[in-house]
Amino acid sequence: MIHFFKKKVPNYPEFWQEYERSFEEKPKEDLDQVRFVVLDTETTGFDYLNDRILCIGALSLCNKNIAINQSLELYIKQEHYNAETAEIHGILKNGGASYISEEEALKLFLGYLKNAVIVAHHAIFDINMINKALQRHGLPKLKNKYLDTSNLYKKTLLNSNVFKKKEHYSLDELAEKYDISKKDRHTAIGDAYITAIAFLKIKGRLKGKGHLKLKDLLKMG
Amino acid sequence: MKNTISHRVADFLKNFPPFNVMGQKDIETLSEQVTIIYKEKDSIVFSETDEPHSHFYVVHKGAVALKKGADKRIMDMCDEGDIFGLRPLMALENYKMSARAHEESILYAIPIDIFKPYARKNIEVGNFLLESFASNTRNPYSKSHRGKLYDEAPDPLPIVPNTQVLDLQRVQYSKKLVSCSPGTSVKSIAKKMTEKNVGAMLVVKDKMPIGIITDKDLRNNIVSGKYPITTKASEIMISPVITYDKNLTITQAQMAMMKSNISHLCITKDGTPNSKAIGILSKHDVMVALGNNPAVLIKAIKRSKKIKSIKRIRKSVTHLLQDYLDQNIPLTLTTKIISELNDACVKQIIKLSLAEMPDKPPVNFAWLALGSQGRSEQLLQTDQDNALVFDNVPEEKLMETTDYFLKLAKIVNKGLFDIGYDYCPAEMMASNPSWCLSLEEWKKTIAQWIINPGTDEVLLSSIFFDYNITYGDASLVNQLSEHIFETTKKYPIFYLHLASGALQNPSPTGFFRQLLVEQDGEHKDTFDLKRRALMPLTDAARVLILSHSVKSINSTAERFEKLAELEPNNEEIFMACSYATRALLKFRTKQGLLHNDSGRYIAIDKLTKEERIKLKRTFKTIKEIQELVSIRFKVTNLLR
Repeated sequence: MIHFFKKKVPNYPEFWQEYERSFEEKPKEDLDQVRFVVLDTETTGFDYLNDRILCIGALSLCNKNIAINQSLELYIKQEHYNAETAEIHGILKNGGASYISEEEALKLFLGYLKNAVIVAHHAIFDINMINKALQRHGLPKLKNKYLDTSNLYKKTLLNSNVFKKKEHYSLDELAEKYDISKKDRHTAIGDAYITAIAFLKIKGRLKGKGHLKLKDLLKMG
Repeated sequence: MKNTISHRVADFLKNFPPFNVMGQKDIETLSEQVTIIYKEKDSIVFSETDEPHSHFYVVHKGAVALKKGADKRIMDMCDEGDIFGLRPLMALENYKMSARAHEESILYAIPIDIFKPYARKNIEVGNFLLESFASNTRNPYSKSHRGKLYDEAPDPLPIVPNTQVLDLQRVQYSKKLVSCSPGTSVKSIAKKMTEKNVGAMLVVKDKMPIGIITDKDLRNNIVSGKYPITTKASEIMISPVITYDKNLTITQAQMAMMKSNISHLCITKDGTPNSKAIGILSKHDVMVALGNNPAVLIKAIKRSKKIKSIKRIRKSVTHLLQDYLDQNIPLTLTTKIISELNDACVKQIIKLSLAEMPDKPPVNFAWLALGSQGRSEQLLQTDQDNALVFDNVPEEKLMETTDYFLKLAKIVNKGLFDIGYDYCPAEMMASNPSWCLSLEEWKKTIAQWIINPGTDEVLLSSIFFDYNITYGDASLVNQLSEHIFETTKKYPIFYLHLASGALQNPSPTGFFRQLLVEQDGEHKDTFDLKRRALMPLTDAARVLILSHSVKSINSTAERFEKLAELEPNNEEIFMACSYATRALLKFRTKQGLLHNDSGRYIAIDKLTKEERIKLKRTFKTIKEIQELVSIRFKVTNLLR
């Protein structure tokens, strides 16, 4: 009857609707039951508008376990291409691994991600890049909750006047601190792995301060 | 699709048996099915009688303890590359041992159904698994030590020195003295040494030892052609001889040899070089007397070419410490030996790190241990606190030089981390640019602390002023100490601040003399031994000894002893403090070994009545020394 007020619901493709449906399930509070998807994107640059995602690497983390055969590594065919950053990541346009279109990648990624909690280093960057890509295909933003390992790491440090915390901590610094091999640094999945191990170690250190729930983590970063 | 993470796993696995005999392709396929598991310290992988898992495990990082039986005896310790949990692969029955993460660990879980075909296909793989399953002691360490370490029934009675307390037994020296006079020719000396089959000859005059000639001296001086073979003993003998009396213990002998870097000691009637020589003690005698002992460990540390082997030796050091405590060996001695060993580990790591640098250090430097390590009170491995000081350089060279030492410090800090010293959460490490300075910069920084003593400055000073040189140029450190004394003399107000800092630790007991426990946080309901009991003593000792301008005594107990000597009228209280410090330190170490942690927080309800009384007895001393500090430095209530 009141169709009049209702915003016209765009007709989203099936894979988006399925992704949305996964959020109907109530989120779990016990950290050992939460599914985390640890991800990293390699991009052509840092400009949300002009730069594109080259590769998405993601691992899924349940109850402190990472099953390797349940990881995701997507390489995206490029129209936009920035020669400078390609050198860092060693990904050449349409070379090497099998490449798929951006839309296909988003479809696979959402199907993999579902309602998991996203964990990433400087998460906001990766999420914005993905949201921009979604937008290009006429889709809304990601609905997932997310955690940033850079912020969480800061919470493990001592609060003391005698030493200053930095504004940001790089993934390299975390890897060194937690003795994680920096092999495969600057591949999406390699960075996702480093982030995952760092996240687990951070969680272990934060846990000491009482029984940690998901909402506590979300509050911290 | 290629999977980068499985490559990472494969790269690791292929270095360890049984995977090292598998084909590259097979390892890669297998790796794709691996699950990576993170285990917090003390978390359980599986328990005894658990249903078999569908995986067996490889330790990637950390350590896992396999335990058995009601008393949870450690059967095996698995570290990097070791496999465990093989039972489900061999038999369809429940686990017979429990596996628990001894440290924070990362494990690779290998699915059994996928692995099995490889084990069948490759006989070598199968055999290795069968063998390790049968012995469950791949680790040679556990084999040699298990009987000794874990089968000992705890004995509440005071332990009578038995054959195990070799370290404190008197030395067995050779009483048949092989000696000569100063005028004997080296040729006949060599003949006699061969005849008697000894490695050293004592040179005596009127039965008193005046020098010694060893195999090495003959090689260096005669064989090398430096002196003719007709030379007289007095010309090449090493003099004076290091002498001891016959009550020397094996440990003392070792320490003496280590200290002077010599291989023979002379035993004289009263221990001085001015009495009759009655025997000679060689390094070999000591070695024979002992199996696993500090000297052997020190040698092993000094010979280590890799950080990893130092890590292994560090584990033996922990076991040695456990043995010493079990056998009630005086803590003074225990602390000395263990600190000496820890020191050797750090030294060796610095040496290895220096070798890793592309160039030699541009100027002299000194590596400083701070905090408990600096006070030589660190029995258990805790966080690392260290700093670096290097000689002054011209302004234009400062940046370059600082960069060099920061780079070096980073390698050393990583090395220390690898052998088990955690990074300092407050970044008080030499790789932090504020803790890696030239002598001039340090002097400025310290002067700043002393002249403007705020809370932070006092805290920083209390950590830094316990420094001790671990490696490098001692003169730099002496200059630094001089500077501290001069500056504090000029600004005596600093003592007042340091003293009031020393009084700020919370009280150990409440109004009813009950032990005060932590109210909240991670350590709720435990007693903070470090903050409430040890720190007040350490802080008091520091400010008192500083006001006497005594340098190079760093250990709290020894500082109190020195204070007792300096102030005979307060002897009683200072000696009590020295005793209390040792007692608390021992307490902490025992607790730490028991729980595999730093021993800082103690669960009061787990203590025996006797232990509780012992603990409380030290608190009276703490209160008295705090009063003394408060009166001496006129710390008014206002400041507190």
